[in-house]
Amino acid sequence: MQPVNEMELKFLSKSNNESFARVAAAAFVSQLDPTLEEMADIKTAVSEAVTNAIIHGYENKVGFVTMRCSLYADSVEISISDEGMGIENIELARQPLYTSKPEMERSGMGFTVMENFMDRVEVISQLNSGTTIKMYKTFKSLKNKN
Amino acid sequence: MQVKFLSKGTTLIVSILGELDHHSAEYIRQKVDSEIIKATTKNIIFDFSKVTFMDSSGIGVILGRYKNVQKINGKTSIANVNSQIKRIFEMSGLFKIIPVYDNLDIAINKM
Repeated sequence: MQPVNEMELKFLSKSNNESFARVAAAAFVSQLDPTLEEMADIKTAVSEAVTNAIIHGYENKVGFVTMRCSLYADSVEISISDEGMGIENIELARQPLYTSKPEMERSGMGFTVMENFMDRVEVISQLNSGTTIKMYKTFKSLKNKN
Repeated sequence: MQVKFLSKGTTLIVSILGELDHHSAEYIRQKVDSEIIKATTKNIIFDFSKVTFMDSSGIGVILGRYKNVQKINGKTSIANVNSQIKRIFEMSGLFKIIPVYDNLDIAINKM
């Protein structure tokens, strides 16, 4: 299926870009006219993925985070990529309450939140070369409309 | 992002205004912790009525403060949580240890 619209955004792994990324994603997705709740789901999931890239992907280093959004008639695909250290054990990282950074008061709920707010979450990661999180969501409000 | 404090006896009411994410978490942590160490504070109520966004970073912020007041035998509760934020707290099991109330008056009464 061909997307009806696409965008790509590249920004530094600075924590103040977390809000920039989620607001940008929500603004782009808004052209499909989903509900406010569905928009909030997108914002939250993007925030989690970008935070992971900044905290875990790049740790204290600065690098670029890339966000790609593809819009379809009633759904969206969002991918968030970093060129950071990668995830050693993806299965473990996705487990609820697992965190590699308890000293930073991280709850270990990032992936669980993404999975709950989106329909599907894929994690592609290679040690020392980076991680991509792909998230998919069909807007039920639009499916009923079309 | 702004944090406002109001003391009711030994209970500190913390109102968070704005977005609670990884970026703002450190600021909120420092602000609240420096209030907790004041001798008058024992319990803490988080007022979420002015929180416009929260991701899982908020869980760590609340749990961390809960642990800090627990050391002085204090209690923690949360008031005025919208449905989106409630879902995140529910996923984490936070409500099993920290009660949530519909409004500030109830939270203060239950303290």
